[in-house]
Amino acid sequence: MTALLEVKNLKKYFTVKGGVLHAVDGISFTLDKGKTLGVVGESGCGKTTLGRTILHLLDITSGQIFFEGKDITRPNKKELRALREDMQIIFQDPYSSLNPRKTVSETIMEPLIMQGKMTKAEMWEETKKLMDTVGLAERLYNAYPHELDGGRRQRVGVARALALKPKFIVCDEPVSALDVSIQAQIINLLLDLQEELGIAYMFVTHDLSVVKYISDDIMVMYLGQMVEKASSSELFQKPLHPYTQALLSAILEPDIHKKTKPIIVQGELTSPINPKPGCRFMNRCRFAEPKKCREPQVLEELYPNHFVACCRSKEIN
Amino acid sequence: MSEIAISKRRSRFAETWRRLKKNKAAMISLFVIIAIILIAIFADFLAPYPYDLQDYSLSYAKSSREHLLGCDKLGRDILSRIIYGARQSLQLGVGATAIAACIGITIGSIAGYYGGWTDIIIMRLMDIYQSIPMFMLCVTLAAVMGPSLKNAILAIGIAMIPGPARIMRASILTVRGQEFIEAAKAINAGSFRIIREHIIPNAIAPVIVSLTMNISMNILAGAGLSFIGLGAQPPIPEWGAMVSEARHVMRDHGTLALYPGLCIMITVLSFSLLGDGLRDALDPRLRN
Repeated sequence: MTALLEVKNLKKYFTVKGGVLHAVDGISFTLDKGKTLGVVGESGCGKTTLGRTILHLLDITSGQIFFEGKDITRPNKKELRALREDMQIIFQDPYSSLNPRKTVSETIMEPLIMQGKMTKAEMWEETKKLMDTVGLAERLYNAYPHELDGGRRQRVGVARALALKPKFIVCDEPVSALDVSIQAQIINLLLDLQEELGIAYMFVTHDLSVVKYISDDIMVMYLGQMVEKASSSELFQKPLHPYTQALLSAILEPDIHKKTKPIIVQGELTSPINPKPGCRFMNRCRFAEPKKCREPQVLEELYPNHFVACCRSKEIN
Repeated sequence: MSEIAISKRRSRFAETWRRLKKNKAAMISLFVIIAIILIAIFADFLAPYPYDLQDYSLSYAKSSREHLLGCDKLGRDILSRIIYGARQSLQLGVGATAIAACIGITIGSIAGYYGGWTDIIIMRLMDIYQSIPMFMLCVTLAAVMGPSLKNAILAIGIAMIPGPARIMRASILTVRGQEFIEAAKAINAGSFRIIREHIIPNAIAPVIVSLTMNISMNILAGAGLSFIGLGAQPPIPEWGAMVSEARHVMRDHGTLALYPGLCIMITVLSFSLLGDGLRDALDPRLRN
């Protein structure tokens, strides 16, 4: 069976003042139907850019993307139209992701209008159905976004993404702008939808507790590169990369008797503009060994389906 | 807050109208503007005398039953001249603003939406444009094209382009960066639809308000041009020109400048208040 989505050596560079910004630098992964890939990393590591690039909201610098076995790296207009019905996005900020001058129903209906396959009556019917699916009361039909709270707004965003019945949705930090109680509601909604409709998610976040709960596989990114990838349980039990270890140690335990010792990462983030070859985490790494780490890091499969890009991973673990 | 829901669906126009109706100042202004427009259209029937009928025995006559607002130096009926003057002043204000708005909004939208070099070049050109004093530009353009009301409208319209262009661009820049624009791209909306459905409705409000202010400014600029002989040509009456003509005799016959001045003020104020109301009515976030 071919994977739903396969990304090979994807690169996205931006030309900025002072050089070339390597936002996404050689990312590869596969995602199966109905599965969730969690993408974690700190701010500015390129996780959002990765999602946008896969959806062709940004141009691809190099690399390849396959969707259901078909090369979609550089689609023509017609292919792109078809593609966007299969791939959707849910945004981080439920305030700026909804047009303030469109009512809830207008926002949800717009993808259907663009698709142009339904009669007006069918669209109304479908919109009602979608609102019901995401748990929006029918009386909010003509409400404007400013009349809704954050959670309901995000539900509108989810309904808009679902309207075209996509097979793959990029969730770009969909809950980080919400209250914790609302976060749980939205995450459970996403999980229910996945079970019901078999959608695959790429779940971009910096919130590790969320990603553990929702993901099948987790990919850890650092400055545009993948440093580690493993199944969710494996990664949390056996983090191999020093950066992942530091990240995981920063999760707060709800048990006050459990003593945790966070690994403090020191030093500054290396600039992603014109980066030098070699490990990008080197300057901040506890285990850095200048000579070895200057070499380009290769992604190795240390355990079955557990990849890590660190030249010293064998020694330190 | 979220418990409120509008049960009946209305079109955007109906919704805006419903909100506008609740704003008393805007409704009165709208009424006044419509009245002025009707007066301008039906001036031939409303005016008691022709605007150029002279009677030297009535020079500087006080208001009387025959001449409600009195007469000017040449013994022409002020009321009739004001009624006919509405035509010129409205044409000046609305016409010049329409020209400036059409060109300015288009230029501003292009600069704001495409950004990059397009934006830099257009906006630097606007900078150069604005470094020339606006009234000087009006006078020069009007003089080159020859004195007539039509040319005055064109001159003012062209000179006023940078205002709406700048506001439109700034307004589009704030909207363009928002995620719902990206969301629209993700659902296959084309550039044209994104501009029409998502950018313009969110960016147009400040432009509308500034345009209503511009109408007033343009009426005044038109008055200025008429005063130096580049606008409406005598004996055709124009409010600004009437004020100018009366300024020599202001001490003895103050009402001569007062009445057309009042007309300018009422018109300008009405357009401004209507613009304010329209801005509020266009914004669904201000629920009223």
